[in-house]
Amino acid sequence: MLSQQLFNALVLGSVYALFALGFTLTFGVLKVINLLYGFYVAVGAFAALVGVQSLGLGLWAAGLFGVVVAGVVAVVCDTLLLTPLRRARAPELSSLIVTLGGVLLMNSLMHILFGAEVRRFPSGLLSQEAVHLGPLLVAPIQLVIVATVFVLVALLFVFMEKTRLGTAIRAIAERPDTAALMGVNVGLVVSFVSFLSAALSAAAGILIGLNFNAVQPYMGESMMLRGFAVIIVGGLGDIRGALVAGLGLGFLEVMTAGYVSSNLKEAVAFSALILGLWLRPAGLFGKASGKRA
Amino acid sequence: MMEAFDDLLWSYQSLIYGLGTNAILGLSMYAVLQLGQLSLGQAAFMGIGAYTGTLLTLKLGLPFPLVLAGAAVVPAMAAALIGGPTLKLSGVHLAIATIGLGEVLRVAYINTEALGGALGLSGIPEKSSFWIIFGLLAVILVAFILASRSKIGRACEAIREDEDTARVMGIDVAAYKMTALVISAALAGLAGALNAHFSSFIGPNEFAFETAVSILSFAILGGVTTPFGPVLGAFVLTALPEVLRPLHDFRLVFNGLIIVLVVIFLPKGILGFRIRRTG
Repeated sequence: MLSQQLFNALVLGSVYALFALGFTLTFGVLKVINLLYGFYVAVGAFAALVGVQSLGLGLWAAGLFGVVVAGVVAVVCDTLLLTPLRRARAPELSSLIVTLGGVLLMNSLMHILFGAEVRRFPSGLLSQEAVHLGPLLVAPIQLVIVATVFVLVALLFVFMEKTRLGTAIRAIAERPDTAALMGVNVGLVVSFVSFLSAALSAAAGILIGLNFNAVQPYMGESMMLRGFAVIIVGGLGDIRGALVAGLGLGFLEVMTAGYVSSNLKEAVAFSALILGLWLRPAGLFGKASGKRA
Repeated sequence: MMEAFDDLLWSYQSLIYGLGTNAILGLSMYAVLQLGQLSLGQAAFMGIGAYTGTLLTLKLGLPFPLVLAGAAVVPAMAAALIGGPTLKLSGVHLAIATIGLGEVLRVAYINTEALGGALGLSGIPEKSSFWIIFGLLAVILVAFILASRSKIGRACEAIREDEDTARVMGIDVAAYKMTALVISAALAGLAGALNAHFSSFIGPNEFAFETAVSILSFAILGGVTTPFGPVLGAFVLTALPEVLRPLHDFRLVFNGLIIVLVVIFLPKGILGFRIRRTG
């Protein structure tokens, strides 16, 4: 029983971690809480659904399609909304507010275009039959989720540490002006980060859509609440912290639902957020740094 | 003359009352935005006030002034609890902590039997009147205008323009931010209770994210350089969907678009935020 709960926690937590990785990456580089980030969850899931239903793509091709569509949408949105503000060196709250308006706009448009009803992937895309793995009962989609997240996270870490582009991203996160002086094309790298983070968000959206077999315009909103908790607890901009906090949140939610009450599950993220702010405002691995005038 | 006014009030009652309560909500947003802080919990505070006020009326049968007082005090305490850890950090932290509040309360309302669950609470007696709503609005507006012309107003402006410099000048930045957040929550709660006592119904979904962003759009459209700004913004954004009926379905799209356009094209003018000059 406990091992089954632990496995379910791993599945849930790895989706949260995947979602939060892109969120914290955007913040680390752009220094903006991009509220449109949750919208890409729905964009990715809808695009994958269209890929399967209208374009006749297979599971993996449709997933890739969804991820790329969300990435392109993100580059367009960020270029229209955030780039002008970054050029003007507007304060961070202006950027937050603009994405707030943006997400209200986009969610409402999506609602008008697609309606609020829940859409489903056609059956037979993935086997529904659960298999026994030792003491565990595992659905194929759960294996797909854990494996996909593991591969994507590993690729992300290698990319950030070992490639020139990854180094450029970290340089911009550290000091954008200095990075520009060192010959980094800041505009291009920032666009790439928009694409990459939205792609991670969309991947999380597709996996959730498959897991619960439900796709609807507002599916990103409940993810956003968890995303906030994870990036605050993990430390804003801290990729490693987001990974640990995401897995931790999945664990806490599954344990709360399993052993306390399933109604309380929804309150876990917010409680973690507030506790994190009280106890470790700089994040799990953060060092306290006083702001100086 | 008075009769014509009564007729008008009768026909457009919910719109006219809505103008008043939304203007109070706009001012509650102004209280924090003028310090350069962003609270996305205004809808949540409004909800706490609405539920508190409704329970005080339905269960305890308290007189309306006491109900309103309670509806202001309870969200103010919630604000103090959230402001404690977040105001010391960057503005982003307050925004995130408050955006989560609305969502978690929505779930709490739905799961609490005593609060009517998903169906909400109905049959709230109509106790708000034109004079109560607009009288309170006038008092609040005058208080903000007096404050903005005094030492307090200059301190707020200094904090908004440059927090560190303000601190060096001897302004107690943390105390100002906390007071602003608490006042803002109290006003939102007041508006929530006023609203509940003329719409006769409150439900868990009324105080979620969309409402929070709509309240923000009142203040963004009107600007926060003077207290009249958010009032005007609230009037325009409340009346417009009623006047232009086709706009009604697209009300949220419109509110979102207003925010985007104003921030991008008039970032300094309407927000009144300082644009940093150098890197």
